[in-house]
Amino acid sequence: MDNEQKIQVMTDIMAKFTSYMGKRLPDDIMNKLRELRQQEDTYLAKVVYDSMFENQELADKLDRPCCQDTGVIQYHIKAGAEFPLLANIQDILRNAVLEATRIAPLRHNAVEIFKEKNTGNNTGERVPIIDWDIVPDSKSIEIEVYMAGGGCSLPGQGKTLMPSVGYEGIVEYVFDVMTSMGLNACPPLLVGIGIAGSIEVAARLSKKALFRPIGSRHNDPRGAEMELLIEKGLNEVGLGPQGLSGKNSVTAVHIESAARHPSTISVAINVGCWAHRRGTIRINEDMSYEIISHKGVTL
Amino acid sequence: MKKVLTTPIKNEDIENVTAGDVVYLDGYLITCRDVAHRRLIELGRELPVDLNGLAIFHAGPIVAKDENGKWQMISIGPTTSMRMEKFEKEFIAETGVKLIIGKGGMGPNTEEGCKTYKALHAVFPGGCAVLAATEVEEIERVEWDDLGMPEALWVSRVKNFGPLIISIDTKGNNLFEKNKVTFNEKKKAAVQTICERVKFIK
Repeated sequence: MDNEQKIQVMTDIMAKFTSYMGKRLPDDIMNKLRELRQQEDTYLAKVVYDSMFENQELADKLDRPCCQDTGVIQYHIKAGAEFPLLANIQDILRNAVLEATRIAPLRHNAVEIFKEKNTGNNTGERVPIIDWDIVPDSKSIEIEVYMAGGGCSLPGQGKTLMPSVGYEGIVEYVFDVMTSMGLNACPPLLVGIGIAGSIEVAARLSKKALFRPIGSRHNDPRGAEMELLIEKGLNEVGLGPQGLSGKNSVTAVHIESAARHPSTISVAINVGCWAHRRGTIRINEDMSYEIISHKGVTL
Repeated sequence: MKKVLTTPIKNEDIENVTAGDVVYLDGYLITCRDVAHRRLIELGRELPVDLNGLAIFHAGPIVAKDENGKWQMISIGPTTSMRMEKFEKEFIAETGVKLIIGKGGMGPNTEEGCKTYKALHAVFPGGCAVLAATEVEEIERVEWDDLGMPEALWVSRVKNFGPLIISIDTKGNNLFEKNKVTFNEKKKAAVQTICERVKFIK
């Protein structure tokens, strides 16, 4: 296959995968939702969970986006330094979004700043959003596709704290956001927390935290403990499905961190709704691929 | 027994519906969200649909034309109602809308509107957009399509549309505000316990 053919093939794979992951939730999220559903015993919580599972069945059967808000499309990439199409990725993903918008179909969600016009095709200034990490000595590329819906983007925020408030300040901030804005963001939520020395680093990490699979933990024991503590504490608050109260509030809490300046602690929070549309795909040099988030799926 | 509201909805149909009840809707449902609210209330433009006695949906759907050029509802779920809080009381007063469907709670402004002008706010389970789409019988027309697919007014006929969980009733009871009191009490205790265990700066 020459490079021109590879560009065609990869565009096709990414269009199909972007369309696919808007219709079916990843395996880890579905398993967690099944577990949480069983714990609920009130009428309203059961009504909501019944609707959620019926909806996922219908979306699968009718082959339609399971939530109407298919978001602004984001691609978070771990690119092997020796992957052959690095220079073409931006064009490939832009074209993949145009095609996915047509075949899925996706809702039109790119509104140009200042012009205040919806472009009608999900591309626009810097959109689709692409975020890069380079992996040395690798010939493949791993791409996280994420549909950032409006409802669960709305609570996203950050704050730079003075070190005097300590990690306690982080905990208070997270709980305040969750019991105000989090309520309306379609709980149970996946909570991503970024901790760093400045706000943009914390913000980016809080989004990255949403791509970790359920069950994974921060690699520092204190970080892992803090994840578990916040998870347990938020569940005790009992937001329940749709914030209508219940036994749980979250599917998980993930923290990502970067070393901080001695004078600052920046914290940012990003949440994913129950219908956490995250897809992970690895594409190799020869354009063979593996879908990591949805086992056993071919496009 | 399943409680069904049918448009045009009259005051007596909803006076005994209480926050926390589950109802369904038959009849006309019109999508109406951020910019449509702003155009009516802030810019004083007349809405192209008479909403008196009808239901609105805080929603921006995915629609597609079939082979005959007719609009089909593909996926339609609620959007965050709180974004319309600023406008909703006046919106109810201006239009005579009786049922507002969305996601999450709304605030004191909407409570007052529901109480004064007799209307309900209800929640359709967020994210359940294919379920909702299968409860739409027909898209009759679209207005203000210059706003694009999510913001246009999609005028639909629905059947057994729900479950709709009443969040604000005509007496001004507010399910989410009531829940928030409990959440905040539990939050205080949880935060205190965690803070004892994250004193990492020593």
